[in-house]
Parts: sequence; structure tokens; C-alpha cells
Amino acid sequence: MIETPVIDGMKALFPGLAVSEFRGQVRLVAPPDQVHDVLESLKERFGFDFLADVTCVDYLDRPDAPDRFGLVYVLANTKANWRLVVRTHVGGAEPTVPSAVDLWEGANWLEREVWDLFGVRFEGHPDLRRLVLPDAFESHPLRKDYPLRGRGERHNHPFIPRSQS
Amino acid sequence: MAVSLPDNVLVTKLDELASWCRKNSLWPMPFATACCGIELMATGASRHDLARFGAEVFRFSPRQSDLLIVAGRVATKMMPVLQRIWMQMLEPKWCISMGACASTGGVFDTYCVIQGIDRFMPVDMYVPGCPPRPEQLIQSIIDLQEKIQREGTLSGREIDQPERQVLPRALRITKPERGT
Repeated sequence: MIETPVIDGMKALFPGLAVSEFRGQVRLVAPPDQVHDVLESLKERFGFDFLADVTCVDYLDRPDAPDRFGLVYVLANTKANWRLVVRTHVGGAEPTVPSAVDLWEGANWLEREVWDLFGVRFEGHPDLRRLVLPDAFESHPLRKDYPLRGRGERHNHPFIPRSQS
Repeated sequence: MAVSLPDNVLVTKLDELASWCRKNSLWPMPFATACCGIELMATGASRHDLARFGAEVFRFSPRQSDLLIVAGRVATKMMPVLQRIWMQMLEPKWCISMGACASTGGVFDTYCVIQGIDRFMPVDMYVPGCPPRPEQLIQSIIDLQEKIQREGTLSGREIDQPERQVLPRALRITKPERGT
């Protein structure tokens, strides 16, 4: 269970922060323009030295969601054994959040994966290329408006007949 | 005119002799990407023992093998790799599509899984099953041996026949995708 001084300290620093808890897991929801400052304060002041995961949720057609994409940062303080989830919501035609690579090097591939599958841009990322899908892929397939069977990418290969192989 | 031959002399066609040699010395190249690969390993291991059928020597280099066994689903990013491995193999060569995923995509009817490798490369034998039992793979190798014996030629002209190339093409029916 995370210590209350962290939550109280963060609330004092960032009045716009919303705090909620689910099954003992504390979650801070920050506005997208503040999320980098929030992550930096958690690292520098409260010892969250490990970024366990960066992932994303697509809230398409969910009117109760603040915006379309919910970014999720899972942090850990390995000395005090604390875990904390930081969330933010972005939307628009080109959803963009500041990159966390300058805080944790491990964010590099995690953010590339989110860019690959959700199409969320990370401002200031040193090398924002696709991570898992082929470079020629054009869509972001974990978006809810992407069809399950794709847009014909799986048929887009040359046929090699016997005589040419 | 009767010709008397000793008992240990056999008269045959050179084509059949070459086919007989080829069918009994298949060197498989395993392309195992999923659970079919486990059954493929079991097929090669001591209990089922593929060595009994002259296909013992699994080679992990396409340059040294003449039977490609595609075991498991092939992702779109993997298909160029598979095609390159197939192109690197030397003639004469054959291909077994092992399991539902390699043959049809199986349950993975998604954007990133090839819906049957025969859309993009030649296949000689299909093995159904999810995954197939080792006995099924052995049966397909026996069937492939029969095929090699039946139509194999020294010059490999059976492989160059145009009608053999039409068959995989006919499977390339691109119907409009559901859900798009």
C-alpha cells in the first residue's frame, strides 16, 4: 500500500491531480500538459526509479471518458516497494503526449509500442519508429475503429511460383 | 529375347532410381513458429522416430535441406522471411504445410496472420489438425514420398510444369473482407 505522504505531496504540488483507488492500487489522473511534470516529480521527489509499463486504452464511443486515448504509466519505487499508476487522456486527430524517455530510458521501446499499435505520438522521443509491426504498415491496429481482419495488409505479399524459386 | 541376369541385378529407369534416392533421403528444414513445432519435434524424437522413413536429418540451414516443413502460424512480418528461406533452398525441394494455421490461418483470422501460406508460395502436402499428431505428419511424409516416386524426374521437369503453378494461384481468391 502506497504511503499517504506521496499522495498528499503530489496533491499539494499539482492541484489539478485526481486521485482514485481500486483494490489497493492508487491511480493519479493528470491533464496531458502536466503529465511530464507529474512523472518527473514522482521520480525526483518520491523515488519512483522504475517505469514498469507504458500502455494505452482506446475509449472510442465511450461518452463517459474524458478523451479518446487513456495513457497508462505504471511506476514503481523499488526501495520502498510502492507501485503507482499515472493516467492521462489525449485525443484529436494526432494525439500527442510528452515523451518520458528523458526520465526513464526504459520508456523508449514502451512508447514505440504504443505509437505502433495506437498511433499516439510522443513528443521528444529520440527514435519514434514502429516496434512490432512491419515498417510498411500504415494503420494502428489496436484502435477500436480498425477492423479485426485488417485492411488487406495480410494479403499484400508477392506470390512466388515454383518456376521462380 | 530372353536375357538372363543374375539375381542381384535390377533393371530400372534412371528417373525412377533418382526419385527412389530422393524420396528416401529427405532432409527436412523445420520452420516451427507455434505448437505444431512441438509435434514436429516429437516426430523427430525417439518415440515416433522419423528416421524410420529416411527423413531423419533435420537441417537448420535451407542450403542443406530439401523439405520445408512449415509448422505453425505465419505472421505478415514473417512471410518475407519464409519466402526467403524457400528461395534459398536448392532444387529438388518440397514443402509441407503442417497444421490448420499454416494451411488456412486456423483460428487466427486477424489482420496480421497469413491465411494459408499457399497464397504466397508453393505447397506439396497439407496436414490437417490443430496440431496434427506425429502420425499424421509421418503419413504426409509417406504420401510425399509416393508423390516423389510417382512424378519425380532426373531433370526436375515435373516441378517446372505450368499446371503445377496454376493450382496455388487458383486459391488466391481475394474476396471482400467481412467487417471492413
